[in-house]
Amino acid sequence: MAAVIPATGVAAAALPAAPRPPGFFVRLFRDKPLGAAGGVLLLFFLVVGLFAPWLAPYGYNEIAPIERLKPPSWSHWFGTDNLGRDVLSRCIHGAQLSVIIGCTAAALATVISALIGIVSGYLGGRFDLVVQRFVDAWQSFPDLIILIVVVSVIGPGMPQIIGTLALLLGIAGSRIVRSAVIGVREHMYVHSAQSIGASMPRILWRHILPNVMPPIIVLFTTRVGTVILAESGLSFLGLGVPPPAPTWGSMLSGSGRTYMFQGPWLALAPGLCLTAVVYATNVFGDALRDLLDPRMRGIK
Amino acid sequence: MGAYLARRLLALIPTLLLASIIVFVTIRLIPGDVIDLMLSQNDVAADKKSREQVMAALGLDHPMWLQYGRWIAAILFHGDLGQSLWQNTPVTELLAGRLPVTFQLGLMAMVVALSIALPIGIYSALRQDTAGDYLARSFSILLLAVPSFWLGTMVMVFPSIWWGWSPEVNYVRFLDDPLQNLKQMAIPAIVLGAGLSAITMRLTRTMMLEVLRQDYIRTAWAKGLPESLVVLRHALRNAMVPVVTLIGLQAPLLIGGAVIIEQIFVIPGMGLLLLDAVNQRDYPIITGVFLVVGVAVTFINLMVDLSYGVLDPKVRYR
Repeated sequence: MAAVIPATGVAAAALPAAPRPPGFFVRLFRDKPLGAAGGVLLLFFLVVGLFAPWLAPYGYNEIAPIERLKPPSWSHWFGTDNLGRDVLSRCIHGAQLSVIIGCTAAALATVISALIGIVSGYLGGRFDLVVQRFVDAWQSFPDLIILIVVVSVIGPGMPQIIGTLALLLGIAGSRIVRSAVIGVREHMYVHSAQSIGASMPRILWRHILPNVMPPIIVLFTTRVGTVILAESGLSFLGLGVPPPAPTWGSMLSGSGRTYMFQGPWLALAPGLCLTAVVYATNVFGDALRDLLDPRMRGIK
Repeated sequence: MGAYLARRLLALIPTLLLASIIVFVTIRLIPGDVIDLMLSQNDVAADKKSREQVMAALGLDHPMWLQYGRWIAAILFHGDLGQSLWQNTPVTELLAGRLPVTFQLGLMAMVVALSIALPIGIYSALRQDTAGDYLARSFSILLLAVPSFWLGTMVMVFPSIWWGWSPEVNYVRFLDDPLQNLKQMAIPAIVLGAGLSAITMRLTRTMMLEVLRQDYIRTAWAKGLPESLVVLRHALRNAMVPVVTLIGLQAPLLIGGAVIIEQIFVIPGMGLLLLDAVNQRDYPIITGVFLVVGVAVTFINLMVDLSYGVLDPKVRYR
């Protein structure tokens, strides 16, 4: 054995050094400029969200009756709303809520998808059959309807919304992880691990999980957009994070909507933020999918 | 076909059973104090109803398995979804009034989505990697990103500011005045359909690209058939199978989206019924809508599966 290692070392040294494949970020920016732009935009919103209290020129609930319904100007870039609150500041704080809800719910959802998908796909058989029928039944309900029903039962609030969205998208996404696991399950290295008596958790953790990471990463990215959109839809219906929290969805509904005819900028700003973030997650997710996992192309 | 249909219907039973358990358990998560909240929120009704009466109306005064058994038996044998808590109307009656409205909205939105998605998807595939293709694809990702409630709000706000025109919000029933009803539903359907069209457009393009490279398409070209015939009869029909599956998968999105659209344009469909019920905490209605939606989606998917045989001659059910 010891003799083999120097021999290969010599052989490698004798060959001309193969060019290293370009790194992930190089490929992202070179091959997928639109996706890279989406990634940068997402990063921008992430930073804005994280540093919202320092970046926002005003407080999100700073009421100034004299300043009400002022059109965009140098002191209020996005104008002010019916209570004289600065729309830009509310959008920035809205980014914070969206980032928090989007990232936590998407992360939880991904963990749930991975857990269900890996166990169900690896075990197969009756267990898989029962789990998959449950997933079928679950998927026959629209996300928004389940969210509305759950909120009607346990009341609105951030933890409920994050938990429900995570469960919803987690169960739905388990299908994608499961199909990837079924592809990996029959590989030689998994059979070898089984034959040397590795425990199931060890096989799942050390052999299956690392090999189904690409679809899981893509799943997470696209889920962030889905969560933000779902949460804003719920807020729009008045069932999201309760006021005065400035969610983008709630800025488009409620009393704000009544005043949009006097101040159309009220309708523009939060909608543009939402569209930009969802657009960014979509193009970035597509680019990631193409780079990490070509098999998933076309799956939404 | 008959045997296949029977098998498919049989396979629906466990799915529907599980779906009904999901509905039942979700609603039973109501914490006890919510009933007090219900009573305090509905002051007028609270005078007439005591805590025990509400508990009984919701069936909460029995063990869980018995509650489920009674609930499902009432639905299966009597088509009875219970009574609205505050209106004393059977839930089935309320649903029967609202279901056709949402169905019409959904159908119209689907027609809009397809009439945007198919031509653009086909064009995009035929002119792959041209400026037109890029434009069409960017447009589709944009449509995907624009939230329907924002688009709906904009449609309400901006035309009214610019031209003093806004969409009609006094709902007219189709049977009363079909033309007025269609005119009124057109804008909500366009708003709802626009978002849905994006994914369909992308899939149509992908599938058309795949099919257009097949040998039988080359043969069709070689025979000298006109482009319209090659594209529409030979290519499109084969490309449609996955697209139709997608339409089935979008049914939940369509119904979920309808809730928001009905709220914006004040259309008295199931969505508005659900939202009103949520505001009044009228749980029997919530349960009813929840269940009907689940059953509807399951059946739409069955229809989609059955349509494969019509579209794709290779698929014959045994």
